[in-house]
Amino acid sequence: MSVTAGAPERVDGHPPTGPDPRRRGLAERLLAVRELSLLLALAALVLVTTLRNERFLSGQSVKDLLLGCAILVILAVGQTLVIVTRNVDLSVGSILGLVAFATGSLFLAAPGTPWPVALLLGVALGALCGVVNGGLIAVAKVPALVITLGTLYAFRGVDYYWASGRQINAADMPRSFLRLGNQTVLGVPVLFLVALVVVAVVGYYLRAYRSGRELYAIGSEPAAARLSGIPVGRRVFAVFVANGALAGLAGVLYAARFGTLDAAAGTGLELQVVAAAVVGGVAIFGGSGSAYGAALGAVLLTTIGSSLAVLRIDPFWQQAVVGALILAAIGLDRLLAVRMAARLRGRSAHGA
Amino acid sequence: MSAYRRRLRVGATGLTVAALLLTATACGGTTRENSGNESGGGSQASGAANPDAPIKEGLKIAFLPKQVNNPYFTVSDNGGKTAVTEIKGEFKEVGPSEASASSQVSYINTLSQQGMDVIVTSANDPNAICGALNQAKAAGAKIVTFDSDTKPECRQIFVNQVTAEGIAENQVKLISEQIGGEGEIAILSATANATNQNAWIELMKEELKKPEYSKIKLVTVAYGNDEDQKSFQETQGLLQSYPNLKGIISPTTVGVAAAARYLSGSQYKGKVKLTGLGTPNQMREYVKDGTVDAFALWNPADLGYLAAYAGAALASGQITGAEGEKFTAGKLGEYTVGKDGVVVLGPPTVFDKNNIDQFDF
Amino acid sequence: MAHDSLYAAPPVGAEAEPPGAGGERGAGRLAGLRGALGSWDAAVVAALVVATLLASATVQNFATGRNVQFLLLDLVPLALLALPMTLIVITGEIDLSVASTVGLCSTLMGQMWLSSGLSLELICVLVVLLGAVLGAFNGVFVTGFGLPSLAVTIGTLALYRGLSFVVLGDQAVADFPGDWTAAAVRSIPGTSIPVAVVPVLLLALVFGVVLHATPAGRALYAMGNNDQAATFAGVSVARTKFWLFVASGAVCGLVGVFWTLRYASARGDNATGLELTVVTAVLLGGVSIFGGRGGLIGVVAGVLLLGVLRNALQLADVDANALTIVTGALLIASVVLPNAVADVRGRLHRRRQRATPVAR
Repeated sequence: MSVTAGAPERVDGHPPTGPDPRRRGLAERLLAVRELSLLLALAALVLVTTLRNERFLSGQSVKDLLLGCAILVILAVGQTLVIVTRNVDLSVGSILGLVAFATGSLFLAAPGTPWPVALLLGVALGALCGVVNGGLIAVAKVPALVITLGTLYAFRGVDYYWASGRQINAADMPRSFLRLGNQTVLGVPVLFLVALVVVAVVGYYLRAYRSGRELYAIGSEPAAARLSGIPVGRRVFAVFVANGALAGLAGVLYAARFGTLDAAAGTGLELQVVAAAVVGGVAIFGGSGSAYGAALGAVLLTTIGSSLAVLRIDPFWQQAVVGALILAAIGLDRLLAVRMAARLRGRSAHGA
Repeated sequence: MSAYRRRLRVGATGLTVAALLLTATACGGTTRENSGNESGGGSQASGAANPDAPIKEGLKIAFLPKQVNNPYFTVSDNGGKTAVTEIKGEFKEVGPSEASASSQVSYINTLSQQGMDVIVTSANDPNAICGALNQAKAAGAKIVTFDSDTKPECRQIFVNQVTAEGIAENQVKLISEQIGGEGEIAILSATANATNQNAWIELMKEELKKPEYSKIKLVTVAYGNDEDQKSFQETQGLLQSYPNLKGIISPTTVGVAAAARYLSGSQYKGKVKLTGLGTPNQMREYVKDGTVDAFALWNPADLGYLAAYAGAALASGQITGAEGEKFTAGKLGEYTVGKDGVVVLGPPTVFDKNNIDQFDF
Repeated sequence: MAHDSLYAAPPVGAEAEPPGAGGERGAGRLAGLRGALGSWDAAVVAALVVATLLASATVQNFATGRNVQFLLLDLVPLALLALPMTLIVITGEIDLSVASTVGLCSTLMGQMWLSSGLSLELICVLVVLLGAVLGAFNGVFVTGFGLPSLAVTIGTLALYRGLSFVVLGDQAVADFPGDWTAAAVRSIPGTSIPVAVVPVLLLALVFGVVLHATPAGRALYAMGNNDQAATFAGVSVARTKFWLFVASGAVCGLVGVFWTLRYASARGDNATGLELTVVTAVLLGGVSIFGGRGGLIGVVAGVLLLGVLRNALQLADVDANALTIVTGALLIASVVLPNAVADVRGRLHRRRQRATPVAR
């Protein structure tokens, strides 16, 4: 079970859900249930696959899994920040692609650049894209979905335009940078450690910081949040910038991991990211969900991909599975929400 | 208000039924059996060729690759540009940003509208762009396909990068040399239905029946869908499923690069051999770090160069696309049109650590 | 809570309206928007005329019969899909799965033609019905389970596209009878207008009449403005929305048939990404993403404007990548502009109101 090692510890910090203390107990339990059931699903999947082929749990294979999910985990955690506020960012795949290509171009133009500088610049470029998203949303006052659907194409277009059919190869990038993408510490890939840090930081921020908790308030009831003095506009803007920065980080890591870069990097990734977050229990209605759950969702999706390959199932099924999972997850959320509402009603009637 | 709703629904139902009846009674029933598919006779060789006709100057030659953001096509199109400059023509490269047949159709229409003399294209779908190509042909353009063909009746010349036999021989020979002539091998292909790859794989299987390869066993064919991540995962799956695997052949540029990346970061590096079709730039890293000994590919720049010359020869009346006609393609020398209007570029080039630095594509 | 507010960025800035029933769609604002609506419709039509004239004057080969034929043929799928989408968006919902539904219908058509032995006439009818079923699936999730259409149709966007690859892999079915595929691109004799434009016009007429001239159509606006109000007024919101999704699915089936025949090829990747263009056309046509506002004339003009722009830019050898940027930018502009206009108007209006009492 080394795939999921470490995950249970991450679950025990109960994620917050909303500012309403009475709702919290129940909601937290529901979320914990969600994370537990994700772990169970993951365990079942690993078990079934391993029964068919015991090499699925070999050290190499686990390493591959951890490496494979790292980038999706980072993106899913960033998306959690956005979805919790009842928004969505569909442009992450394009931001990732743009930043990845920018990183490659940077090394091409200035071969001596130390990789930490490239990392910082990549994050900054991602954050800049986030500023564009957040700014447009603030100005237009329309659903983030529409704006980010537009920037999905706009950022990708800029990327295409810039690359104009060029490709950047592993040989163009410094060894030290590429090693970042494959190196392991005590058998754990560096990329996965980075993802873990992101999960821990965002998870802690959402739980322990006042501004983090306010995000949930915004997502549950924007009008009420505004009334209670939360600077809604500023928070939402900040969330998009943060998500952009994380997508930028993912873009740099993508460059390090894949080595071969063209302008199409990360195309269509946004669907997987939204799926990972939603499957991980981040309610698409906003106001609830945790970074830990989203990370687990990302791990589950990646593992499904690997399992399909090991079980020799037609890879064409993968996208259909992603879609079905999204539907199942939002359906389940709805069901839980209805149940919870019913129980709350029962309880308050009891109290009165 | 429910009356309105009912009326809406009744109206909608009525319309649907009417539409259904209309469609259903429009014809007496066309089935696959009785449809007698359009037998588009190869009408490509019309008129007589004049082998001595000079190449015209100022020909408008347009390249329409599968997509404009694919580095492979950027290289071939640049090869085409070199050729067009040599013959003093006007070069243009257009194309969709995503590899879809429908957007290619719209570009073909545009090019035909602009009065191009030659359209050189690589088809995203052998059938979908046929109608548009035929219209363009009717409007006076000469059609050359390269890399990926359409149905033969929709173009005059297809410039094939290599013969399928050439690929199969080359790939089997490479892997046999690398694994010492015996052991289990697997193939990592593009998609399960990729026409090129499937033809090559069939011929590789034939090739493996030869006595000198009797100790090599092909255990499976995996499909990475020409997606990097998928190919990566499939390589991983192969090594897990077949512990005794000695070598992998990946006859697709995406697959071989992904497989090389996986191997170079894994415990199998250097132990499991990998060969296939890849570009030197993509593979340089892995050849130098010892993951890959040798792999092969044709030169995509030469492919575009040859396609441009073939188009110019067509537009100048040197050839018509009939079997046996000859034309000269600049620095590449003389070529002969084969059956069905196919021109073959030549045998693939093998790249290893001794020569890889001489190539940049 | 009305779903149409999902993902709505809360209004930012100091001059936020007093919160409460109706939120940012206060009565005064609504009147201002209605004023803007007429001008938006007119603006799109004007932009279309200007773009067409400009392209005819400056772009070579634009104003020819052949080009008109190409342009219109390319627009048929977009125009068809925009019709039900307009109605859906007016009720405050959205259907992002349309392109994937077209793809799935296309591959199903291919698979049936390949292996079922049914006649093509029957297959076409079945495909339209299957499209309706796929739409009904969306409808059940949205109205039956009360889920936001946005999330549901993102799910089915992935699901249907995935299934269309499951149906045919990346294989293409292409041996459709030549007279059928020729019919799909044929022009009305003596003109350069494709025959396929006729059903588009008919359907546009039907949707236009339903939307603008029937009480049911007016009820759609009521729903977009306020779910609850519409329910009180006796309109079954859920049932109407359900049938709209069914209609959308059926039209997708129709487009699937057209697409397959026009390109003589049933493939899993048919129509990929078309949903963005459809949504762009609808929003460009002046339909509010919040629902409750917009009309079919604007949308038809929006569709044509998009088509003219793309065709003209392509003819003028503008890079495909620039076209991608233009589409994205148009989408953003068409949602940012109306708000900016309404904002300015609102501010002017308020200033006038403020000024009047002082003068008195």
